[in-house]
Amino acid sequence: MEPLKQHKGIVYPLNRANVDTDQIIPKQFLKRIQRQGFGQFLFYNWRFYDDGTKREDFSLNDPAYEEASVIVAGENFGCGSSREHAPWAIQDFGFKVVIAPSFADIFYSNCFKNGILPIQLPIEVTETMIKEAENHQYELKVDLEKQEVTDGSQTVSFDIQPYHKEMLLNGWDEIAVTMTYEDKIDQFEQKQI
Amino acid sequence: MGKPKTIIEKIWNKHIVHEEEGKPDLLYIDLHLVHEVTSPQAFEGLRMSGRGVRRPDRTYATMDHNVPTVHRNVIKDAVSKKQMETLKENCEQFGIDLADIDHPDQGIVHVIGPELGLTQPGKTIVCGDSHTSTHGAFGALAFGIGTSEVEHVLATQSLWQAKPKTMQVKVEGQLGTGVTAKDLILAIIGKFGVRFGTGHVIEYTGDAVRNLSMEERMTVCNMSIEAGARAGLISPDETTVEYLHGRRHVPNGNEFDEAVEEWLSLASDDGAEYDQTVTIHADEIEPQVTWGTNPSQSVPVGGYVPDPDQVEEDADGVQRAIDYMGLEAGQPIQSIPVEHVFIGSCTNSRMSDLRKAAEIVQGGKVHEGVTAIVVPGSQTVKQQAEAEGLDTIFLTAGFEWRDAGCSMCLAMNDDIVPPGERCASTSNRNFEGRQGSGARTHLVSPEMAAAAALEGRFVDVRKFASTVGG
Repeated sequence: MEPLKQHKGIVYPLNRANVDTDQIIPKQFLKRIQRQGFGQFLFYNWRFYDDGTKREDFSLNDPAYEEASVIVAGENFGCGSSREHAPWAIQDFGFKVVIAPSFADIFYSNCFKNGILPIQLPIEVTETMIKEAENHQYELKVDLEKQEVTDGSQTVSFDIQPYHKEMLLNGWDEIAVTMTYEDKIDQFEQKQI
Repeated sequence: MGKPKTIIEKIWNKHIVHEEEGKPDLLYIDLHLVHEVTSPQAFEGLRMSGRGVRRPDRTYATMDHNVPTVHRNVIKDAVSKKQMETLKENCEQFGIDLADIDHPDQGIVHVIGPELGLTQPGKTIVCGDSHTSTHGAFGALAFGIGTSEVEHVLATQSLWQAKPKTMQVKVEGQLGTGVTAKDLILAIIGKFGVRFGTGHVIEYTGDAVRNLSMEERMTVCNMSIEAGARAGLISPDETTVEYLHGRRHVPNGNEFDEAVEEWLSLASDDGAEYDQTVTIHADEIEPQVTWGTNPSQSVPVGGYVPDPDQVEEDADGVQRAIDYMGLEAGQPIQSIPVEHVFIGSCTNSRMSDLRKAAEIVQGGKVHEGVTAIVVPGSQTVKQQAEAEGLDTIFLTAGFEWRDAGCSMCLAMNDDIVPPGERCASTSNRNFEGRQGSGARTHLVSPEMAAAAALEGRFVDVRKFASTVGG
């Protein structure tokens, strides 16, 4: 996994609460057996009509957000299914950071396995960011080491578990880390029998 | 005697492989259930890094999400077919037991785990599926994981997990006649919202919960994820023991007695403390129908579609849901017509669900213009239902009787609700497009779904039963 230390990018504002993983990537795209190439299906039913033409009324289709790499959304982002295809699609589309007042647990933990940084910030802050990004091109700079997000004039800090932070900063292969505890797993299994 | 503990703490503490200040615990996983959709990339990851499956004997696979429920062996979609074949190849390569499409044990992973006795109290159980919380009904700590974690468990039989907070959902009093476990969990989510359980494991307690059968408990625990909780469980008791006795993977004889003693000792101690406790009164709950696009958007069947101008929060979201669902603010629930009825899914496809739906259906006819299907949760359920003649009741009334699978709950196979059409569904999610692009889902109990099939609209199953003498 690619390490993620700092990121600077344009914000795509998604002013909706409870964005579920069925919206992030609909089920008809879960049949593939690869990990790559899911970006084209991101928010598919919001971005496209059934015949595959683009919906002009969905903001992600606005050319202003073409280069966006930071999503700022409403409460409970990523609720629903455990499908890791959701972060795969977000990452493959070009997003590196997702900011929301709250995240669903499974989605949150899936992000870290895929080099995406989910940042939880107070709703007053996310709402302001959404308004800014809806009105003009709005850029945020994220520093994971310092646990800070800044738009140049205002800086806010965020919480993150040290384990998650280390994982992203170092781009760890988590399984390789766990393998160093193999003797403890052996001992546990012996004790269990 | 130490400090009183919850079942959640007891199971957690017994499974810690390694703990260290400032880090999540490395937790041992007793049972890993696998299905075709969330596993191919995990197996591929193992191959690419030259790793194996540590404990194939603790891993069990089935095919459920993609499988056709008619013409079993005609899988029209080449990509679906490839995904199922891939699971078969992976299970062969890594030595994992698989109930594939032709296997008599095949079924929805959360139906067959309990059915085979793989699911037992005190176990840590994971699966690449958010409805793994179902297995918590047995007093197991069961939760859904992503594909990277599937790979991690395959390779190491363990997971790094931060200790969750605990929440008690206390259900006082008793459910009324015609009010089901499905109504209970929909009412809980309706009252407390879709994220009240985030970061927590829920334990359901109280008299109404104690009086639920195992299958009803599975319905409740199944939808814990819809409340934001990764896991929900119920302390084991005699009902649990009775269900498990004699099942294939459950020990027998003296070993069973020893197991029972241990299982019952896991129940939360009197006076155990939870990080949070919420209470709901079962007597106040009525049959529920969801009107919106998340599972908290439900009202009693006698109620109305809400008015966005009157709601306390997220008026825009409420308006968007009403628009998507093709409804109007203030519309009576019982005036909403349905075109499709789906009885099935890991929430409501077990024997008791089918029996109760059949009681309503018996002697009636599916309403003109309604397509109604029954999809048993497993091939074992299907066989047993047929032995009891339930298939005949459904077929005579005009329902379709299918083979087992996830089917129209998420419409990954051909069981799709067309755009703009409306489905009374016993499944767990009413998200936009869940049952098909543009499809409109109303979540209900099996009884309510059966009654809607006969009437062509939502009706109060309590009145319905008395008028038809059912």
